[in-house]
Amino acid sequence: MAEEPLIVARGLVKRFGEFTAVDGIDVSVERGEAFGFLGPNGAGKSSTMRMISCVSPPTAGELRILGLDPVRDGVAIRGRLGVCPQLGNLDTDLSVFENLTTYARYFGLSRAEARRRAGELLEFVQLADRAKGKVEPLSGGMKQRLTIARALVNDPEIVLLDEPTTGLDPQARHLLWERLYQLKRQGVTLVLTTHYMDEAEQLCDRLVVMDGGRIVAEGSPRDLIGRYSTPEVVELRFSGGGDVAGKLDGVGERVDALPDRVLVYARDGDAAVAEVHRRGLAPLSVLVRRSTLEDVFLHLTGRTLVD
Amino acid sequence: MMTAWVAARRNHRAGGVSVRRVGAVLGRNVGALRSGPAYWLVLLSGFFEPLLYLLSIGVGVGALVGTVPVGGRAVDYAVFVAPAMLAVSAMSGALAETTFNVFFKFKYAKTYDAVLATPVRPVEIALGELTWALVRCLFYTVLFLVVMVALGLTSAGGALAAFPATALVGVAFGAVGMAISTFLRGWQDFDLLTTGQFTLFLFSGTFSPVQDYPAVFQVIVSLTPLYHAVELVRGLAVGPAGWVLLVHAGYLGVMAVAGLWLASRRIGKLLLV
Repeated sequence: MAEEPLIVARGLVKRFGEFTAVDGIDVSVERGEAFGFLGPNGAGKSSTMRMISCVSPPTAGELRILGLDPVRDGVAIRGRLGVCPQLGNLDTDLSVFENLTTYARYFGLSRAEARRRAGELLEFVQLADRAKGKVEPLSGGMKQRLTIARALVNDPEIVLLDEPTTGLDPQARHLLWERLYQLKRQGVTLVLTTHYMDEAEQLCDRLVVMDGGRIVAEGSPRDLIGRYSTPEVVELRFSGGGDVAGKLDGVGERVDALPDRVLVYARDGDAAVAEVHRRGLAPLSVLVRRSTLEDVFLHLTGRTLVD
Repeated sequence: MMTAWVAARRNHRAGGVSVRRVGAVLGRNVGALRSGPAYWLVLLSGFFEPLLYLLSIGVGVGALVGTVPVGGRAVDYAVFVAPAMLAVSAMSGALAETTFNVFFKFKYAKTYDAVLATPVRPVEIALGELTWALVRCLFYTVLFLVVMVALGLTSAGGALAAFPATALVGVAFGAVGMAISTFLRGWQDFDLLTTGQFTLFLFSGTFSPVQDYPAVFQVIVSLTPLYHAVELVRGLAVGPAGWVLLVHAGYLGVMAVAGLWLASRRIGKLLLV
């Protein structure tokens, strides 16, 4: 018999007064998986993460983490989770090293064990040279790496990352992804939220797309692209207005007119471009690219993901 | 402190206060103390205020006042004022920690949000912070008692008897202060808190015997917390010791338990949503 999934939610609901943040979602996450919640701001991702972190009781529905009930067994579950929250809450009164040792003590590690873990983890997130320094002077990427190190201090079975790379520059993002990929290879179960398509594609084995508190699609990144998009997308920009989209009818499999550009979904991008030119249209720019989760989201919700 | 641990034990039976986790919350503050001089300066400045009042009013004004009757015998005015300043120093030390510092960590630094993502529970945060407030309170009261003995304002025996009472005062005010700080909206509310604290400081039988107040005020004062703290500490340091001291201690004990209960509840209610 297969092992029970580490996280199971059925009909999970979170309401704040009149506002429904999470509106009846079903999720299950298996051990060793990297699972993503993808969606724009306000989709209910963070509320879901807080419920899974056992710091926010569900309003309705069923939730089991590590086979336990988060309301009754919160202490036991939290001891086996690593949480990397969206808002930085590193302790600015403490040094980088003490941030980790102090946190380790909350999990009941001995002083010696806490120091050993802190040393190891600072190596892992490449901050060993900053151990004695304060938190405040660290760059955004360094702070985020330290927060991840803190989330790993209890050797957790599940690591929860809420928007792990929001606000970081590309170089910092890639370094972070690389570290998270290392964790995944070590068999740690990762659950993350993101509104970045490339992040979801890079890190997630499987993901759900959330919008307005509901799950609108579920699958692997490749599945979702296959199901809701075409292999290639042509981005066309035209000067002036007019009904360009109408003239593109029948080019590719589907056409989406956005305010600044027109997207043509096609199995073969180059063939679609040739067809555009054959119809005598002269776009200002043409870009043929592979389809991404961004296209999936646009198709599912009619909106783009960008803030 | 005793009250804190009694509460901890009781909750342990009820399912789950871990002394180790409370210690970890306490340890975080020791870490902060280790990490720079800023906190030490705050700590030291808090000691001098009651001491300066003792010297200026107790000794200075005392020279004009002469003696005051305490429990049927006449004592020097400074002897009368000193235990009150000791009680004030216990109150202020604990309050400074559980109002300013706890409020900042609660509302701005988001320290407790990070802590609650671990197995630590709200009641353990409250107990850890209260224990730390007690450490700060006792740091002040030990120094103050040394000064009192050195100036001949109490005997060594009186100092030893008053010392545990200052701990109770610290825990009582610390717990209530922590509960209050979960209700504060922002720094502007600290003006109210400071005014309240100063009013208690002036009219709790600190600088003149409560028996000299008009009857109505006597009743009002006898309902306020610092009055009970001053009476308890004075009774043990200077006399007279009597069963009535248990009433004062009981009042402070109720403050400690109620404050701790409310503070834990509020931390959970506001952060675990």
